[in-house]
Amino acid sequence: MKQRHTLVVLVEDHPGVLNRVVSLMRRRSFNIDAITVGHSEQPGVSRMTLVVDGEDEEVEQVGKQLYKLMEVLKVTDLTGESCVSHELALIKVAAKAQHRGEILQVAAIFGAKVVDATPTTLLLEATGREERIDALVAMVRGYGIRELVRTGPAAMVRGGPSAGAKENGRPERDRDRKTVTVGDGALAMAN
Amino acid sequence: MAVAHPQSPTRTEGMAAGPDGVGAESVRKGPPILSGAEITCRSLEAEGVTVIFGYPGGAVIPLYDALPGSRLHHVLVRFEQWAALAAQGYARVTGRPGVCIATSGPGATNLVTGLADAMLDSVPLVAITGQVGQPMIGRDAFQEVDITGITLPVTKHNYLVQRVEDIAPTIKEAFHLATSGRPGPVLVDIPKNLLIAKAPFSYPTGVGRRGYQPTSVPNLRQVRLAAEAIERAERPLIMAGHGIMLSGASDPFARFVEKTGIPVIFTLLGLGCFPESDPRALGMMGMHGHKHVNDALDACDLLVNIGARFDDRATGRLDGFAANAKIVHVDVDPAEIGKNVRTDVPVVGDAAEVLKALIEEVAERRRDEWLGWINGRRNRPLEAALDDRPPTPEPYTIVRAIAAASNGEAVVTTDVGQHQMWTAQYFGFDHPDRWITSGGLGTMGFGLPSAIGAKMGRPDLEVWAVVGDGGIQMSLSELATAAQEGLDINIAVINNGYLGMVRQWQDLFHEKNYSQVEITGPNLEKLAGAYGITGITVRTDAEIAPAIARARSIKGPVLLDFVVEPEANVYPIVPPGASNSEMLHERRFRDTE
Ligand SMILES: Cc1ncc(C[n+]2csc(CCOP(=O)(O)OP(=O)(O)O)c2C)c(N)n1
Ligand SMILES: [Mg+2]
Repeated sequence: MKQRHTLVVLVEDHPGVLNRVVSLMRRRSFNIDAITVGHSEQPGVSRMTLVVDGEDEEVEQVGKQLYKLMEVLKVTDLTGESCVSHELALIKVAAKAQHRGEILQVAAIFGAKVVDATPTTLLLEATGREERIDALVAMVRGYGIRELVRTGPAAMVRGGPSAGAKENGRPERDRDRKTVTVGDGALAMAN
Repeated sequence: MAVAHPQSPTRTEGMAAGPDGVGAESVRKGPPILSGAEITCRSLEAEGVTVIFGYPGGAVIPLYDALPGSRLHHVLVRFEQWAALAAQGYARVTGRPGVCIATSGPGATNLVTGLADAMLDSVPLVAITGQVGQPMIGRDAFQEVDITGITLPVTKHNYLVQRVEDIAPTIKEAFHLATSGRPGPVLVDIPKNLLIAKAPFSYPTGVGRRGYQPTSVPNLRQVRLAAEAIERAERPLIMAGHGIMLSGASDPFARFVEKTGIPVIFTLLGLGCFPESDPRALGMMGMHGHKHVNDALDACDLLVNIGARFDDRATGRLDGFAANAKIVHVDVDPAEIGKNVRTDVPVVGDAAEVLKALIEEVAERRRDEWLGWINGRRNRPLEAALDDRPPTPEPYTIVRAIAAASNGEAVVTTDVGQHQMWTAQYFGFDHPDRWITSGGLGTMGFGLPSAIGAKMGRPDLEVWAVVGDGGIQMSLSELATAAQEGLDINIAVINNGYLGMVRQWQDLFHEKNYSQVEITGPNLEKLAGAYGITGITVRTDAEIAPAIARARSIKGPVLLDFVVEPEANVYPIVPPGASNSEMLHERRFRDTE
């Protein structure tokens, strides 16, 4: 089935690791919709959130190819899991005096903060699901968007289990976690 | 080849005591203080390396300064690409990782084709390149290229070393990665200032890489599923790949075939992992595979792929591939499973480990009826003609004559093209690790340098390079290397005056539009003379066997120029994009049916 997949990739925080991941995706012709990178809860381990569009088998192949990179510790496909997936947006909106009130109302509805203001602009900061940010952007577009930046989503599973690397960081055997598995139960370890 | 795993600590300690007595000193004063260049040499020695292939230059001068003080035998190639391929020849016959060295910039970029070749054929290689000094990196310094960036997609892993203290652990890790799991090339780029800087040297005993834990022992449940599928199958077939060689699994493989009675077909690189002379060995599959092999693929109800990656030249069009079969795929690399071909039973693990486990789970059985059916599909007119040789030196008669003279025992390397396919079809490989060819990348010029590497690795074996008149002109430079090393290798040029394989495609698929495939070359016999080696020209059938006998009797390199029929084609052939069942046969050998 073709759908959007959200992959969490834990990697050793080495120079060039982002380049390795992105280069791999390009040369295997996997399309990245969004990618975010940052620190994780473990020192020396970075956490990437990759959004890719593709057939389930294709995305499984993405995971297996990622495992072939020495720096990759764990790949988790959050698709179909109950998870929080949020992005941050900064939106600089043209705000003539007569529109300020309306814009502030819209911002309030979406829970966006005003983080800067000038006589002619308001700078909104919003976090939330991608669709929610899309809606906010659509609402303020009419006033004139001077500048826009979106981080792309960062995602995390709700509740107890973590996508974090276990002791040795390899895929586990429990089948309900969407770690990359091959066929009927053969575990996919890096090459 | 069984890929040798990293050295044991005892070996390492033994090696740390160098010929200059620094090791003895270390007993009193702690580890010796050595330059990065000396550390590099000591680390290679600690890995058991004895032969390296390379070419010096500015960034590696410090390394070459340290070489004479080491126990490494350096083979000076004439072009860095051939250093990487010589290292491959060495690796493929010995099962030990091949090592090549190049300077920064053009030296490093010249290695790229050889690394890509090793990557696609999963050959363990460690490449060491010099880099400009650290303060110069990123400034477009003289002979600076980002070789770790360039080789990212064609290496299993690569490193730009940042501190002199990191050289030894990096080399340790590089050998570990190159030789374990699915083997492959690893590049270590060392800035010049680090080759000069000094640090205490002690070779590490272990490698700890959280993100790298290849699966060697298979999941028993998957092994049992594979065994069940084998028990149920009426017409099973084994597809034997390079992985069997890489894992050193020829013995368990032979036992597995013996017990299950399943007929075996080979990928190009799988040839030799099981004796072709065994009645259950059916020959090569794929684009230039035998008719009965591709027929068997169509008819089989179970295909057990062991250590092959379902390359498109082996499978043909995928929707027509083994269309009636369940697929069992044994591979050490989980990413290969399901990559090209749907798989019913995946088994991730090292071929030797999987086979040992599988043998325990399968029943003894004979498959005579099925084997008989396949043998009945052989191209009889062709096989009859083979024993009744035509009067002109046809390429396959030369291949068969070399096989006969060497009793099938020789190491054979090739370039890429028609002569390569004829050699694969007609040599008859009975031993693992003696058939050395460029499978995945198809690198012309591969034959001579890989023969040099093979001879360095196995001086006890007879070595033949069967090459094209096109390919040899790419790596002619290495005649000098072979001559300088005094290597006893025989180079058989199948001289058809064409870039034959391309001409064949133009002939068959482009209305004989022979565009840029006619190729002239030097008088090879005279050229051999110019290099101070023996040259022999062969024009008639009667001269073939005597020329081969003479070449075998001469110590040192011999260049044989076999002038052959210019427009002979390799048959059978599966047209590009077609499925294996749609193969074309040579008219005179076409079955009557
Ligand atoms: C480096 C490189 N360039 C181009 C090719 C494409 N190619 C494949 S076979 C071939 C012809 C080889 O001619 P020759 O060496 O004379 O061998 P023959 O096919 O005639 O036996 C060519 C050009 C290649 N495989 N490698
Ligand atoms: Mg030719």
